Amino acid sequence: MQEIKMYLLNVERWSRWIWSIVRAILLIGMGFVVLYPILLKVSAAFKSMDDLYNPTVMYVPQTLTFENFKTAIDVMQYSDAIFNSFALSLVTTVLQTFSCALAGYAFAKLPFRGSNLLFGGVVLTILVPPQTILVPMYINFKNFDLFGLVHLFSGHGVNLLDSYWPFILTAATGNALKSGLFIYIFRQFFRGISKEIEEAAFVDGASVFKSFLRIMLPNAIPAMITVTLFCFVWQWNDTFITANFLPSMNTLTNATLSLPYKLNVLLSGSGTGATTQVDPFEASMLVDTGLLLSILPLIVMYLFVQRYFVESIDRTGLVG
Amino acid sequence: MKWKPRTFQQRKAITGMIFLIPWTLGFILFFLVPIFNSILYSFNDLKATDTGYKLDYEGTDNYHHALFVDATFVRTLTTVITEMLVNVPLIIIFSLFVAVLLNQKFFGRSVARAVFFLPVILASGIAISIQNAGFMEQIMQASMANSDPTGASPGGLLQSIELRLMLTDIGVSETIVDYLTSAVDRIYEIITQSGVQILIFLAGLQSISPSLYEASKIEGATGYEAFWKITFPMVSPLILTNLVYTIIDSFMNNAITQMIDTTAFQTLDFGLSSAMSWIYFSLIAVILAVSTYIVSRRVFYHD
Repeated sequence: MQEIKMYLLNVERWSRWIWSIVRAILLIGMGFVVLYPILLKVSAAFKSMDDLYNPTVMYVPQTLTFENFKTAIDVMQYSDAIFNSFALSLVTTVLQTFSCALAGYAFAKLPFRGSNLLFGGVVLTILVPPQTILVPMYINFKNFDLFGLVHLFSGHGVNLLDSYWPFILTAATGNALKSGLFIYIFRQFFRGISKEIEEAAFVDGASVFKSFLRIMLPNAIPAMITVTLFCFVWQWNDTFITANFLPSMNTLTNATLSLPYKLNVLLSGSGTGATTQVDPFEASMLVDTGLLLSILPLIVMYLFVQRYFVESIDRTGLVG
Repeated sequence: MKWKPRTFQQRKAITGMIFLIPWTLGFILFFLVPIFNSILYSFNDLKATDTGYKLDYEGTDNYHHALFVDATFVRTLTTVITEMLVNVPLIIIFSLFVAVLLNQKFFGRSVARAVFFLPVILASGIAISIQNAGFMEQIMQASMANSDPTGASPGGLLQSIELRLMLTDIGVSETIVDYLTSAVDRIYEIITQSGVQILIFLAGLQSISPSLYEASKIEGATGYEAFWKITFPMVSPLILTNLVYTIIDSFMNNAITQMIDTTAFQTLDFGLSSAMSWIYFSLIAVILAVSTYIVSRRVFYHD
């Protein structure tokens, strides 16, 4: 009897229970807010026109249909768009990871006079918004010239817009989207690697470059995973730079951006010649399907690599 | 001429320079030159010609136009900046709170973490920009009026009418009520913008040595006290990091950047667009400098 009484009157136990219930409610609620728009899109994507106007249907459609997917895939030229997006993201990710690792290592371990000043430049690239330099960049790439060299031979610069070159050039030199942040991450990480490892490599006769390739890069795999993941995702999601430098390439972001317009044309024309009023709900349903399709590859990827995302910043030495 | 054998330090310095050649080249070509040109354009009228472009010097006309003639620029700018000033503290408090929650041990922790970092990969791009597209806006407005059957707007989910009435009834001052209810109305925005910040705080929380908590518990500290006396000071350097990150992140994609973009590529007024972006950037720089200065004086460094 006494024991049961003690058990029930144990304040700490009760408060622990109450706290875990409160915590669960909070987390489930906030998690729901995150997932709600995605769930809505999933629900909209499977609805048919009948369900759309059926007042008894709220989230779960009565008749499952893949019509929306078919239309959206058709309008977006989905497979083409996925391929283009993937190629673009992959190329920039690989180049950018390498160039940023190189720069980060030099800033962390190979100091020379003035390298701090250059690192100030890196911080500046993080701070200046890309919009500020967008116009000159655009004009620069439209009429590209390397210190007047091209001009000397052909009389005019090369138009690099609508090709991968703006992305390749900026990524290979570590000045692409958010490169400054990646260089910073690498610098922090390499600073944390002990001096003894590289000195051992030098004593054994490795050159500085060789020790970077053989010793430092393999050690920096956690930082590289972080940078690769963020670089890929940000490039994949980027609408701003892609829409301006690659306007006619059918990447996933461009396809999604032009989706409302194309749907408008499709729904109002639809072959009959007479322009009918576009049903905004049908259009919005199809846009939702298109959005879902464009984030689908990322969600699939996230299911496999989310563990690395969660652990990533922890291992880069960004903290402490 | 006889080569002196170079010391180890010199060799490293030279390799360092070689390593930085690509970055420096890119920095000059894709950053310094554009920055310089951008300043130049903002003081000129830029006209595209067959062979390239030509500049007509017109002094501070572009700035004058942006600030005093353009009907929407100043208003949009104030809205964006106010919104940022309101959101940034909320994001930081919220992400610290969630990080503390996610750092505790409970059933389903990895699932919860996965859900909270989902916005990191989704929120940044497409979903936001498509809501800015004109066609979508029309649909949204139409569907607001008719209670959208697809329910595409997340804002409609959470409204704080009851909370507002309740707080006013209790007699809380109106500004505080406004701030709190706007925080509740923004919950979606705040959660989706705080993914990276949660990650950074979480990593910071994990680097705090458990012995500190053990010692404080033996001395009789409650969880509340432990948070304010141990957790908060230990993560305070990261509050600074997150503050800078949040401010930078918030000016990547908003109404003003959209406006700068359309001024440049649809109105084709490059000079005005450059002037706008410089006004915008200088405001951000001031905000960044002031807030960093204020916060960095209060940060506690453990070592």
